[in-house]
Amino acid sequence: MLKYTLKRLVNAFVVLFIITTATWFLMQLLPGSPIQNSEKLTPEQEAQVAEQYNLDEPLPVQYALYMSGLLRGDLGDSYQFGGRSVTGIILERLPVSIFLGTQAIIVGLVVGLFLGIVSALKQNSIWDSGAAFLAVLGVSVPDFVLAPLAQYWLGLKLGIFPIAFFESWWHSVLPSLVLATVVAAVIATFTRTEMLEVLGQDYVTLAKAKGLSRLAVVLRHVLRNSMIPLVTIMLPLTAALVTGVLIVETVFSIPGLGEQFVRSIFEKDFPIIMGTTILFSVFFVASYLLQDILYGIIDPRIRVAGNRE
Amino acid sequence: MATVNGEAILSVDDLRISFSTYAGEVQAVRGATFDLRRGETLAIVGESGSGKSVAARSIMRLNPESNTIVRGGEIIFEGEDLLKLSEKRMLDIRGPKIAMVFQDPMTSLDPTMRVGRQIIESLKQHLGMSGRQAAERAAELLELVGIPHAEARLKQYPHQFSGGMRQRVVIAIALACDPQVLIADEPTTALDVTIQAQILELLRELQERLGMSIVLITHDLGVVASTAHRIAVMYGGKIIETGTVREIFYTPQMPYTWGLLASIPLPTADRSQDLIPIPGTPPDATDPPKGCPFAARCPYAMRICEDEVPGYTTFSDEHRAACWLHHQMAPNVERPARITGAK
Repeated sequence: MLKYTLKRLVNAFVVLFIITTATWFLMQLLPGSPIQNSEKLTPEQEAQVAEQYNLDEPLPVQYALYMSGLLRGDLGDSYQFGGRSVTGIILERLPVSIFLGTQAIIVGLVVGLFLGIVSALKQNSIWDSGAAFLAVLGVSVPDFVLAPLAQYWLGLKLGIFPIAFFESWWHSVLPSLVLATVVAAVIATFTRTEMLEVLGQDYVTLAKAKGLSRLAVVLRHVLRNSMIPLVTIMLPLTAALVTGVLIVETVFSIPGLGEQFVRSIFEKDFPIIMGTTILFSVFFVASYLLQDILYGIIDPRIRVAGNRE
Repeated sequence: MATVNGEAILSVDDLRISFSTYAGEVQAVRGATFDLRRGETLAIVGESGSGKSVAARSIMRLNPESNTIVRGGEIIFEGEDLLKLSEKRMLDIRGPKIAMVFQDPMTSLDPTMRVGRQIIESLKQHLGMSGRQAAERAAELLELVGIPHAEARLKQYPHQFSGGMRQRVVIAIALACDPQVLIADEPTTALDVTIQAQILELLRELQERLGMSIVLITHDLGVVASTAHRIAVMYGGKIIETGTVREIFYTPQMPYTWGLLASIPLPTADRSQDLIPIPGTPPDATDPPKGCPFAARCPYAMRICEDEVPGYTTFSDEHRAACWLHHQMAPNVERPARITGAK
């Protein structure tokens, strides 16, 4: 298990290096330059700013400078905010996004599991159809449609929730709910399929044949076996959530990392784009790693296969 | 093997089970009647789709709740009709009274649970044992079914066992609460031939030791010959012939049974004598024939066979068959040579 984990860890760093390099060069392909985007500057001022941020150096040098900074844990300074460090900005913005995302995952997981389990246990009932309808709606309506709709109906018309900004927990409800819909929908559909499959397995019939109550059979045998594959979709789900956060934060004007990221692309604030991309990548790669390890813990067959390596 | 002349511990009377499907109502069991006596092994023999597994699962009410329809009949166990018991009462029947062994040991154990816990689960549920008592009993059970190093084995997961060993674990689970009736649904079909013999030997040995009654579901008459006391041949959802092993093998009375026997390879038989398959396919369970289910494939079929279900003709205390050939007005048909000369 240790060897397996170490191997995955080395892989993770290679992946991170590739992402960082690719993003850095791709970013240079953006039309315009960070300086020309700002207010009109005289050529002397432009040259001075370019020199301050090493933008006058040839690209390979700039890349080398960036990477050596990165190795020392220095993400550079933002172009927009008078040289504030990227790390500082990220640390300031991140908690808001994490809060929204976590809240969305928890709500989505609870609602999704509930809907999925109920529709599997009451297959082809009205519960099942209802849950299926909600799930299709949740998967197919994109966040950028759902968010304004929620703002309009729940915010403006009914006046239950504030429609923008982040001043209290109450402000976080609407954006979290919008984010949670996809999570809930995907988990509900997935859980239903998995549970139905497990319910038809011989070992579930055998568990019933032992005289265990329906509840005991579901809790001890069905849930655990249906939850294993769920671990594999939590990753694409968190990925969907990160893109969701970009949109939802922008629509609701929430000062999180997503909103900052979108803005820095418009402003060509390279260090922030890089910093955020690296952070997101670390997040993805870490979830992959975690997933593999978790999978091994839940499913003993994989644990053994790992040992043999 | 001698017949066990005991009282019936389980009586299935005119059982009719259907499934509702998109294709219509599948009439899987269409009037099955048989008794299981104390201490005996009753083999229910039939090909795929004959309704034998459905009938067996009905005894434990393990057919899928959502689409199973009980069309009639009763299953009497300890003076009560199992088909009418509440689900809650059934929980006390499954396991401690009637237990079951399934066909495929590769899929009938929970892959994410240690083998020990899968046995202990049952002990705690029905016998109210403490964790330690249950663990000791589980180790005893593994030894009983011939798994060495029981203590260590209990802590392993199913994938660490071979197919034959897994089937032994499944049998240990079934035996956990000392059931009176064991239903073995094709217990050896998924195993290698050598392992098959071991498992059958184990079942026979356990029956002698524990005195339980066994319903052995199989399509393999070879398995039956060495293991069962009595045979019930099932076809098209009905029991078409029943008798002692000797009677069924030496004096079968129904053309379908003849066909079954003619299709067993005999190691001693003359190689020039080919196996004789039964032509055709079993009847469509969504639209079963109104007469004898075998009529369409029967080389001796008369007009009445297609129109009316034959009643049982009794040949001995144990032996009866449902076939129009035994009607007084039917022509005299000789059994095929391979069957008569089977001795």
